[in-house]
Order: sequence, then structure tokens, then C-alpha cells
Amino acid sequence: MDQVVLRNVTKRFTTKTLGDIVAVDNFNLSVHEGECFSFLGPSGCGKSTTLRMIAGFEDLSEGEIELCGRPVSVKSKNLYVPPEERGLGMVFQAFAVWPHMNVFENVAFPLRIQGMNKMDVNKKVAEALKHTSLTGLEKVYPGDLSGGQQQRIALARAIVTQPKVMLLDEPLSNLDPKLRESMRFEIKELQAKFNFTIIFVTHDQSEAMAISDRMMVCDMGKIMQIDTPENLYNKPVNRFVHSFLGESTFLNVSVRDGKVFADGDAEQALNLAIPPEAAERMVVATRPNAIELTGGEDGYVTHVAKRIFLTDRTEYLIPVGSQTLKVQTPHRVSFSEGEKCCVRLVNPMWYPAEDEAAEKERARRQTI
Amino acid sequence: MSIGFGKQKDLAALEGRHVSLDGALTILSFVLLLIIVVIPVFMIVYHAFFYQGHFNPELFKTQLLDPKNLGAMWNTVKIAFFVTVFGTIMGVFYAWLLGRSDIPAKGLMRALFSIPYMFPPFLGAMAWKLLLGGRAGYLNKWLWATFGFRMNINSVWGIVFVEISYYFPFVFMQVVSALERMDPTLEECARIAGARQMTVIRKITLPLVLPAISAGALLILITSLAHFGVPSILGFSQGIFTLPTRIFDAIQSAEGSFEGIRQGAALSIMLVVVVSLALIVQKHVLSSGSYDIIKGKSMRPTLIKLRASKLPLLVLSILTLLLIVVVPLVMIFLVALVNGYGNALIPANFTLNNYISVFKAAGTFDSIKNSLFASVVAGIVCMSLGTLIAYVVQKIRPRGKGLLEILSVLPYSIPGTVLAVGVILAWSGSLGVSLYNTIWIIIVAYLARYLSFSMKSSSAALLQVHSSLEEAARTCGASHTESLKDITLPLIRPAMVAGFFLIFLPAMREVTTSILLYGPFTRTLGVQIYAMQDAGSMSEAAALGSVAIVLIFICDTIVKYITKDRKGV
Amino acid sequence: MGKIVFKDISFSYGKNVILKNFNLEVEDGQILCLVGPSGCGKTTLVRCLLGLNKPDTGEIWVGDTCLFSAEKRINVPVERRNIGIVFQDYAVWPHMTVAENVLYPLKKRRVPKDEAFKRAHHALEQVKMVEYANHLPSQLSGGQQQRVAIARALVGDGEVIVMDEPITNLDAKLREQMLLEIREIQRNLGTTIFYITHDQQSALQLCDKMAIMEQDGTLCQLGTDEDIILRPTNRFTFEFIGVSNFIPVVASGAGLGLDAGDSVVPWEGELPAGLSLSAGVELGVRPNDIVFDPESPIKVKVNRCTFLGSEYDYRVTLGTRELRVQQSALDAMQRGTVKAGETTGVRLVNPRYYPAKKEAQSA
Repeated sequence: MDQVVLRNVTKRFTTKTLGDIVAVDNFNLSVHEGECFSFLGPSGCGKSTTLRMIAGFEDLSEGEIELCGRPVSVKSKNLYVPPEERGLGMVFQAFAVWPHMNVFENVAFPLRIQGMNKMDVNKKVAEALKHTSLTGLEKVYPGDLSGGQQQRIALARAIVTQPKVMLLDEPLSNLDPKLRESMRFEIKELQAKFNFTIIFVTHDQSEAMAISDRMMVCDMGKIMQIDTPENLYNKPVNRFVHSFLGESTFLNVSVRDGKVFADGDAEQALNLAIPPEAAERMVVATRPNAIELTGGEDGYVTHVAKRIFLTDRTEYLIPVGSQTLKVQTPHRVSFSEGEKCCVRLVNPMWYPAEDEAAEKERARRQTI
Repeated sequence: MSIGFGKQKDLAALEGRHVSLDGALTILSFVLLLIIVVIPVFMIVYHAFFYQGHFNPELFKTQLLDPKNLGAMWNTVKIAFFVTVFGTIMGVFYAWLLGRSDIPAKGLMRALFSIPYMFPPFLGAMAWKLLLGGRAGYLNKWLWATFGFRMNINSVWGIVFVEISYYFPFVFMQVVSALERMDPTLEECARIAGARQMTVIRKITLPLVLPAISAGALLILITSLAHFGVPSILGFSQGIFTLPTRIFDAIQSAEGSFEGIRQGAALSIMLVVVVSLALIVQKHVLSSGSYDIIKGKSMRPTLIKLRASKLPLLVLSILTLLLIVVVPLVMIFLVALVNGYGNALIPANFTLNNYISVFKAAGTFDSIKNSLFASVVAGIVCMSLGTLIAYVVQKIRPRGKGLLEILSVLPYSIPGTVLAVGVILAWSGSLGVSLYNTIWIIIVAYLARYLSFSMKSSSAALLQVHSSLEEAARTCGASHTESLKDITLPLIRPAMVAGFFLIFLPAMREVTTSILLYGPFTRTLGVQIYAMQDAGSMSEAAALGSVAIVLIFICDTIVKYITKDRKGV
Repeated sequence: MGKIVFKDISFSYGKNVILKNFNLEVEDGQILCLVGPSGCGKTTLVRCLLGLNKPDTGEIWVGDTCLFSAEKRINVPVERRNIGIVFQDYAVWPHMTVAENVLYPLKKRRVPKDEAFKRAHHALEQVKMVEYANHLPSQLSGGQQQRVAIARALVGDGEVIVMDEPITNLDAKLREQMLLEIREIQRNLGTTIFYITHDQQSALQLCDKMAIMEQDGTLCQLGTDEDIILRPTNRFTFEFIGVSNFIPVVASGAGLGLDAGDSVVPWEGELPAGLSLSAGVELGVRPNDIVFDPESPIKVKVNRCTFLGSEYDYRVTLGTRELRVQQSALDAMQRGTVKAGETTGVRLVNPRYYPAKKEAQSA
């Protein structure tokens, strides 16, 4: 059974500064059991609002939400199950660990509220602490622990009632990069062990791709695409998704006589397969590490304009017509500045030419 | 930039001077604190236990066992206890209402709350005396005629009532700030975990604001223990004494003789002991320390919907506020305008004669002049001193900076009455300098009393002035002195101005300290009002009181305007 | 002209020896980036250069002027060293306008008004802040405040500018932009820039030369970005930049072998001169220099495979040793990925050899 279902969910706000905005526009999605599903998008895209509606902290303007088959928010019937009755687990960005209770009391809180007896509480808390590597710290207060440990307390507290669905709201943003990686792995392990369904909200695309089974990319209140991380990265459905999920270079091209020419070079064609519905002016999108860079002639022949060393790869700026292509390779692939080279685009995506209005609206939303 | 400690010493050494600027400032700080704080405190202890050079606890023992003094001690503690308890409850109630519920008229209520901060409690005591003081009180007359009973404000409970109405904002301010800025996810988390709204309040919100409540309660406790104005106006006529008023009584009755002042010293020790004990008890009963519950994100906490109880609560709150805040002030103006105390408060009886006679009276203009002079001088000197010491402690960091800090903050917990006694003992000739009966002895007492205020505000401002700002100036070619002048001073100037007013305003309206130190020509405004009402000239006391209210209000408004747009650090 | 020379600089703070006989030269008109982990002593070195700290030994020269000499008892005071500084927190004075901030050094050096205005204007032009001349810092963004700090450092006639982590507090996009602008300004003015940071990435992009400093305050390597990346001369440099794997090298039969913990895998390679197996040798290899090749005799088991977009991140074990492998998206597209639980072969391309660390650690 699908654990979280959203049907035609819409949320409108009236803000002081910007008037009426539709923060969430007709979201439809189903999260499968045991899945780790991410909401990904820039700030103002609607992901946090959607999470809060699922948690029960916001009501809906339209639509309905079901948890484990049971309706919890139904606008048409004005039915809202309060957060404390939704049986969820939740972890917040700023941990929200209660400073006046020690580790044990924090984790035991949800069980005590249920009225569980002392022995069972002790057992379950001990188990939760074991799974989050906090055994031995029961009597310590959060103020004396590091950020990573506090996050584990929040995690333990969320899993101790063994909820079916867990909501994680940017839980790793306040941790340093190394810790973020290990915590991500721990969360995955916990999920595998207990078969939680996880909804993970983040603005960090690499984090979302690393942790998710499926992801939703949203922008300005609309869902752009829902798919697996690989499909989203390799086959993004529009320019926004393409550039949001990783580095992109967009080449303006013209299609003439069955050949593709980059702007600024009317002679040498790019050796690309032209999709059937291509117009005369299109944009070809590509990624810096999906480009083959060789010294031969099998591809577009050009030269290296600039070479920049990054810590784990070398970046080359390569002119294609009047535009610049960015190529990244391991250090061992070495070209000097000015040297002749040849590029081949391995996975190009084709999009229609520019859309300015969308850019403006996106910028407007960032200020909210 | 981790290597900051001691670098100033490096710089001084680099400059190659023998006595650096920093060294001179440090020495000056120690000397000034010695004169202002250490000597008066020392004199109290000395004269309480020593007589003519020999250890003689007789006086202290007699004073301690005198039933009148024991009674005063008991009253002091009793009053302070009830004021703290009820004041805290009231403060928390209002903090909750304004910080967490959807009650309307929050702006109005907040404005009303700022009034008790502006006016000295003894004016309130005076007003309530006009209303409920014995048979002549206006409200009492109406109650007797309508319901057949009277209330007696000249009682312990009367004192408690008036003090609560002036001190509850201490708790309100602390708690409402904590409630408004608390991270809402702390409570949301509890709801997700299954707790209902009431449980969340009980188990999460309340414990987390406990430190704020405790801080406010402590402030009420100390202030009440040391307070002079209200117990003196409402208690003297009934023979009800607290330790501060008892000290005043002892010195007054002895007509300035040395014996009386020695008694005052002994009683001062008792008062300080009581205050210290109260502090210790409070520390154990209510945990101190604060939780890091304030978050940067500007999310508003969820407001609790009051629904049915909204209107009754609104009416109750506003009425209570009007009663305890507005009514007394209005009373003073009415009595000032009425042609004779006791006459009906109707426009037909209104006249300006009281004002005329007040300003004709000897000493009124002088008292206003004296207060202005003393407050301005104290403000400027305190501000400079406080800044000097804050700079030495924070930036120069010499050995013994801990001692400097303690000495400058110590007077904050010493009652104003006690400081006055100490200043009398120190500067009335026994050490070769006599300031007695001059305005200067009052100023010196003000310095001791208010130094900690400016020290704290200057400290906070200096903390904001990062060492990198001064270092940047040095690398641009400024010498150490120039960087102080060009960078540090301008950046803390707004705080210094605020610090000045932090002292000027309380000094203008205080009576606790100057009541013990005034001479025939050095009455302060507070003393003048107090003397008038003590002599029974209620109408004139009310008139001068109303002038004081207007004066204070104008000064406060000017200050708010000046310090509003400060673009400092 | 603007050449900086640090000679035998030592500095201790109490019992901590932070710098010991440190030597470094910054060529005139160059950008030299000094990179090292936090607490290695870079900031201390800067403060010695500025005169805010007094070293225990050595000499400091800028151009022909000796700023400090322990022996000759020379110690030019801070305010006369004429070195521009840009701090991490900008240290722009909030009570002065942008113009006043930039004019201050000229005021202190008693430059006549007309010339001062001209030079301030020129400096503001360099950082594109001319139209903000009358703004207060509180009205500016972080990036704009940083530009003001840079203009203030440029405006003196000093030949040296020091920048201590100037862009760390800016967001990623702004950082990129500022790096380009700093480069451009330096090209225009020819000033020597001494740039301190722990951020290897920025340093690589900005520098003419780069100096790597170790935790204990010693200089590890000095060279161009190409030298540091392609030809790291010692283990610290190799380890400091990016991620690395280390496998101990042992004797195996007549040749070399890799110590996989539970076995020894034969390895065809040659040790460079100067390294002997008896003293302990480790092979260092970058995660993206480990390439999957089913034909290779070096077999690893894949434990974890994480998709990161531009590459796949693998944790594999060679015997009992855990290695990190990175496969670029291109490689994954052309030759497929390897799933967790599978065993396959790898080739180690571009390996380096270093002396083993005292406490044997793998990446």
C-alpha cells in the first residue's frame, strides 16, 4: 500500500509583501512503502510547505492527503487530523532536541505520552539508542553534545515509536560535510532495517541523489519531475531540472540540412543525432563530466582555451563556436592551454530555446 | 584570529614606552573603584563592628536583638516574598497572554506596561494613599458610603500591592521575550511525538522559559528587599518598618549624630545579609542558567486560539492594567488640581493654586535644579568611568581584571540605603574629606549606585567592536591612540549615550539614596515631594508629583527618540 | 620592489611552538597562496608580517626594507609598515561611509586632499564600487563590503597586500566571482598578493604559486598549481589536496606486492630512488585513478555504490583494506556501473609511492 498519497493538493498564501502566491500548485504523488522519497528544489519551491501539510501543521487550500490509507487532511470535508494523532516520526533541521531533558528523557518522551509502562519504555529506548550509536549517553544533556550527536538524538526519538512514515526536514544541513555523509549512510541503514517510508526535504541536490530511491524536483510551487535520481540526472525533462541537479552547459544551436551547428561556427558540425521534433533553434544541454575529451579527430575539433585545476579533477574551458564548453576530467587526462583537442558529447539533452518569464518569477519567490 | 590574548601587551612593548597608555588606564581604574566602591563598603563594616579602633560587637548585638529591628527584618522578608510570588505569577500570566495567545490590543497593553518602568514607586504609593489612606482617602469615602467598609492601604498588604504593580513588568519583559523568540520546532516536535497542546505547554514550553522567569523573579526580589519609597510612605504612620526604612528612621531620630549612623551601619549589615541569603535560596530553588532556545530563522510560534475565553480575558487584563497603572497617575493629577484635599474631585473645585504655591515654596526650584545637576554629572561621570573600566577589563585584560569586574558590579546588589550610609561614613570628615550637606555627597553615592549600569552597557558595546576593526586601523597607519579615537570611541558612542540616560533617568526620580544624604540646600526632587507629603501638604505634594511625572515623561520620550535610529556597530 | 622574504621566523605562544625557522619568499608582482589546515600557523605568520606579533627569531623584508630583525633589534611599528590587509570579517568600519573607509589610510599618511580623492576614486573603480561611495557598510551586502575592504587595502602605495581568508564568508557563487576579480585587479596593478586560506580550491584557482604548510608549521612544497597537483613532492601535499588511498607495498617473490591485509597481491611497479621497502613504503592513488577492469588480476569486492550525479562513489575492499573509488559519469555511461556485492578487477593508474606513515593508516 502506498504510505503517503497526495491528491490535487494546493496551498495558497496571502503574504504582506508579495500579495497572493500559490505555494503548492496541484501536487499529486504517491510514496511507496519502504521508499526514501526526496522533495528537492530551491527555497520558495513549496517543498517545506508540503511537508508541513503532511505533518498536520498547515491546512490545505484544496485536495487531500492520506497516510497509510487513512485520510488525514481533506479540504472538502474540513477534516484535519491533528499532528499528535498522525503517528509520524519527524526530524528537523535544527534538531529541536529539548535542552532541559537528558538523552534518555528526550527519546522516551513519545513513549511516555502513549502511556507505556516503565519496563517497555526502557527496552525500546535502549534499542533506539543502540541503533543510533548513543548507548551510554542516557544521562547526558544535549547542551554537552556535538551537533552530530544531537542529530542522532532527534533520529532516535523519531524511530523509537517505530512509525510507518518518517519526515526529515533538511536534517543534515547544520552538520559539517564529513558528518553529513556518515549520517546519510546511517539513515539509509536504519531504513533498510526497519522498512520506514521516508520523505526527505532538501535543497542540496547531491544529498538528495545520494539518499533517494525516487525524488521529486519542484520549482515555484509546481512539480517538475518525479523519477529515480539517475533518470532525473541523465534525462531531465526541462532546463530547470537539468541545471538544478548538477553542472550544466547549454549550447545554443541551429538545425540546418540535417546537421547541428553551434552558434558561432557555421562550418564544423556537431556530430549529434537530431531528435525528430527539433525546431530550427534549440538548446543542447550537456554536463562537464559527460563529455569525452581526446586528442584525435573523432568529434568536434577545437582547442583548450583555459585549464583550471580543481582538487579532484581538471576543468577545461573549450570554445565551441562562440560559446564555451566546460569539460571535467581526472587529473591524468592532461592537456595544456592552447593544445588542440576534440570533444564528443555523450548524453546531450535537447530543449526548446529560452524562457525569461520563468527566471523572473523564480527570483521573486526567493525573497519570500 | 585566535591569538588575541596578551597581544595588546605586545603592542605596548613594541611601542617602547615605559608606562604605556594601557598601564595608566588600568591603574586609574583601580584607584577610582577604590574610592567609589571599596571605601564606603569598608567603612560600613568597620563602624558596625569597631569602636574607636577596637573590635566591639556590642552595638551590632544590641541592634540585632532589638525587637523593633527584628520586626523590620521580618517585614522586609515577608513583603519581598509575597511581592515576588504574586508579581511573578502576574508577569507570567501577561507574558503568556501577549506572547502566545491571539488576544487583541497587544500594542495597547504593551504600552501600558512601560509606564511602571518610567515612574518611581513612591509616587504610586502616594497616589494610593490619596485613594485608600484611612478615612480621608477618596476611594475609601466612596466605599464607606456605598458598601459600608473601608480598605487600609497603610498596611503590609498595601505595601505588597503597590510594589507588585511596579515590579511585575520585570518578569513580564523577560518571559515574553523568551516566549516570542523560542524556536517553534521545539514544540512542534512534541506534537509530532503525540503530545496534545496542554501537555506541550506543561512539559516543554514552561520548563524552557523557567530560566527567564527565574531571572525576572530574582530582579523583583532584590529590588523589593532594598526598596525604601513605598514602605516609608505607607508604613511609617502605622509603625510598620522594613530594614531600609528602619535605617532611615534610626539615623533621622538620632538627628545626624554619630551614634545614629553607627546604628545605621549595623542595620545595613543585617540588610546585606538578608539580601545575600535571599540570593542563595533563590539560586537553589530556581535553577539559573539559560537554554539556547532562540533561533535565527524568523518563524513565528503558533499562537493559541483563545476562542470563548478571549473577550473575558481581554476585559480582565485591560481593567487590571488600568487599575494598577493608570488610576494612580490620574489621581495625582486630580488631587493636584483640586482646591483642597478632601474636596470633591469635580471640575468646579479645580484650581491652579496648588501649582502656584508649590513653585513659590522655598526649595522647589532648587530641588529640581539639584536633581538635574546631580543626575547629569552622575550620568556623565558614570558613563566615562564605566566605559573606562569596561575597556580595561575587555581589551587590556591586565592581571586582576576579575577583581575590577567584581568591584564594579558589586554595588548593584547593595541596597541604595546601605550605599548612602557607607558614603556618609566615608566622606563626612573621618577620612579628611567632608562632602556632607553638599550636592557632591549625593553625586558620589549616585556614582557608586549606578556604575554597574554603565559598566554593563559599555561592556556589551565593546564586545561588538572586534579587535580586527582596531587592527585594520593600525595597519592603515593609525597609532594605538589614534585607533582608539577614530574607531573604538565612535563605535561605542551610541551605547555610551544610552548608558548616560540609563543613569540620568533613574537618578532624576530616585529618593532612596538622597533621602539620607540631603542637607538644607541640597534637596532633590524626590526628597522635596516626599517632604511635602510627609508634612501633610497633600495637594502640594500631588502638584509637584504631577510636575515630576510630566518631566519624566518628556525626558523618556526625548531619550527614546534620540536612541532610536542609532546606527552603531 | 614588493618581494616578501621570511627568514628563519620562529614564534611560540607559551609552550606551543607555532613557527620554527620558517622560510618563504614571495616574488614581486605575484599572487602566492599559503594553504594549510586550521591552526598550522598561517595567521600567525601574517600577524608577524603586519607587526601585530613579534617573532622570536629571524628577519622579515619587504622589498629593500627590513621590517623586522631579531638580531639587529629592528621592529618597525604596525602603523609604519604600509602593508594592505583584507581580513576574513572584512573589518570595514561601520560608522564611516565607503569613501571615508577608503580615504582613512591616506588621511593617516597625510596625503594631500586632492591626491587622496583621486587615489580613493581609482581604488573604488578597481573594485566597481564607485557609485556606493556615500553608502554605509550596513547598507551593503557581504560581497560589497569585501570589495570595500579590498579597495582600502589597495589605496595605500604599498607594494604588498595580504589577504587572510577574504572570501570564506561569502556564498559559493560570489566566491567564484571575487576570485576572478581579485585576479584581474592584481593583473592591473601588479601588486604582490600574499593570500592565506585553508580552502584548497580557491587557492588553486587564484595562485601564481602555491605554498603548502603542514600542521606543525613547516613548509611542505612551494610550486605552481600544476606542480602541486601533478607532481606532489611529498606525502603531506598529496594527502592534503583532495582524497587519497594508501596501500602498503611489500616484497612479493622477486618483485613488489600490495598488502591487502589478508593476502599479498602481485604488483608490477618500480619504486623510485630513495625509497626502500625496509623503511616502509605505501602506494598512494586517487579515487578517480582506480578504474574498473574485469581483466585485471587485482580483485576488489564492492561494498557500497552511491550515485552522486557527476560520479559514482564506491567503497570497495581489497582483501581487508577499504578503498574509495570514484567513477566518472562518462565512464559509467560507456562501461556500466558495478553493483554492491559484486566482485570485479581494478587497475591502479598513475600511482605514487611515499614513505609509510608511522601509524599505518589507510584513507
